[in-house]
Amino acid sequence: MSDKFLSKIEGASREEIREEQSRRLRETVKRCYENIPFYQKKFDEIGLKPEDIQTIDDITKLPFTTKQDLRDNYPFGLFAVTNDELVRIHASSGTTGKQTVVGYTKGDIDRWAECAGRALYSIGTRKGDKVHVSYGYGLFTGGLGMHYGAEYMGATAIPASTGNTKRQISLLQDFEADIICCTPSYALVIAETMKEMGIDPKTLPLRAGYLGAEPWSENMRKEIEKTLAIKAYDIYGLSEIAGPGVAYECEAQEGMHICEDYFYPEIIDPDTLEPVKEGEYGELVFTCIGKEALPLLRYRTRDISALSYEQCSCGRTLVKMTKPKGRSDDMLIIRGVNVFPSQVEHVILSLGMEPNYQIIVDRVNNLDTMTVCVEMSDEVFSDSVKKLETTERNIATAMQSTLGIAAKVKLVAPRSLPRTEGKAQRVIDKRVI
Amino acid sequence: MAIKQISVFLENRHGALSEVTTILKNENIDIRALSIADTTDYGILRMIVSDTEKAKNAIKGAGITVHATEVLGIKVPDVPGGFSKVVDALGSKKIDIEYTYAFLTPKEKEACVIVRVDDNEEAIEALKSVGIDILKETELFY
Repeated sequence: MSDKFLSKIEGASREEIREEQSRRLRETVKRCYENIPFYQKKFDEIGLKPEDIQTIDDITKLPFTTKQDLRDNYPFGLFAVTNDELVRIHASSGTTGKQTVVGYTKGDIDRWAECAGRALYSIGTRKGDKVHVSYGYGLFTGGLGMHYGAEYMGATAIPASTGNTKRQISLLQDFEADIICCTPSYALVIAETMKEMGIDPKTLPLRAGYLGAEPWSENMRKEIEKTLAIKAYDIYGLSEIAGPGVAYECEAQEGMHICEDYFYPEIIDPDTLEPVKEGEYGELVFTCIGKEALPLLRYRTRDISALSYEQCSCGRTLVKMTKPKGRSDDMLIIRGVNVFPSQVEHVILSLGMEPNYQIIVDRVNNLDTMTVCVEMSDEVFSDSVKKLETTERNIATAMQSTLGIAAKVKLVAPRSLPRTEGKAQRVIDKRVI
Repeated sequence: MAIKQISVFLENRHGALSEVTTILKNENIDIRALSIADTTDYGILRMIVSDTEKAKNAIKGAGITVHATEVLGIKVPDVPGGFSKVVDALGSKKIDIEYTYAFLTPKEKEACVIVRVDDNEEAIEALKSVGIDILKETELFY
């Protein structure tokens, strides 16, 4: 048993898991009510007392939390601890340049590392193995999340971070990594670069990849497994909850196991906000029952997924979620970065232009590209190419600083973008995922 | 002294140019000179036409982006070195030419060069100081 899973809870009975969840939920609700004025106010408004929450089934009595709540309380308004207890801050890009900020205590970091560690362990990573982390290190949770996970379970972390693919390949050859963690599109870039360099991936000891942070398909998985000669596993996370390791695919690949002893999942109908039946698709909602710094209650992820409580053939009893099959809002994930059309609109408005635009997302050579077409007004138009190019450049620069990723900007003729009921169609996603 | 030019935004698609030329034909507007600036994504059609206001309104009325600018029409003898003299006159005063195009006038051995610069007055002065003539709008259509 002990060597089957990294944490005992992964194979515990449903009864034991529920008990643990109920205990942690009671603690979390008390913590929220006593330390976060935002939640205290919300509880008082609906006449809810912390004592009303006794078992995990009472969770439906709790109010929801949204990304907007995080923005409204930017940066630290929803933290339940003082600065003395904070040991780390991460952030993700957000609308109108405001980031979503998340904080962690020492205990939070340990539990998150445990989750990422469970993931690595579940695909056969053991002490002595080397984990090459090609997620970005920084405010983004990917790099440090998998790094701490590898160290937690006793493997060797190689903090390669992103960029310089040829050098990454040399590191993979020289350090003989067993596992790689990166986005699926970057895995394909590595495979392609290896081919260009004349390196046969079969000559490398690399045997598996933990890939996530962007949508990908079964076809892409097959492509990666073939071209990189590895097994490709899916990993799920979002910074608001923790980062990579919230849920992970094990060797059985029957869905992603959610670390539900720390992150309690629900699936709701995004319109009625009522829970759906087991196995039905809906919006994934998490309650952080294992976090001290930012214990969000019923956080609406906007990811559309379904849960299965059926025991996995790997022996784990932890609930499984399907790969998210879409979003209940208009968020786009481009090269791992969250982009909302409203951010693009904000940039255009801030430059004094009409918000008539179209975002075209595509995948060229396995990398996401984003083109923003902006309709020109008579005032913006000029007989000078130089002036039009300056306008395009100004929009592109503002876009880059707000979104955090580069976009190609194209000026188009007024009223040339297709419209439905007077509004331009905002997003065309050409990616075949 | 400057003359009016209209500029039209052309999308990079079939028929974009034809839409504009058809409008001018239907409005009975004559084109004296034209040039097209082409980039990968779009083009800018610049024209000197017989009735700038009428052309502008008709094109705008069709929902096409149009813009009027003042440019310089410069008389140039149609002999070797004619254009060079214009460029040198502007260059010596550090006046940058944004773009330029040319056409022949009905007068023998006379050409006209259209030049777009930042400051028309400054350019006129530089040209006059070396004896180069500026064309009046009335001289364009005959």
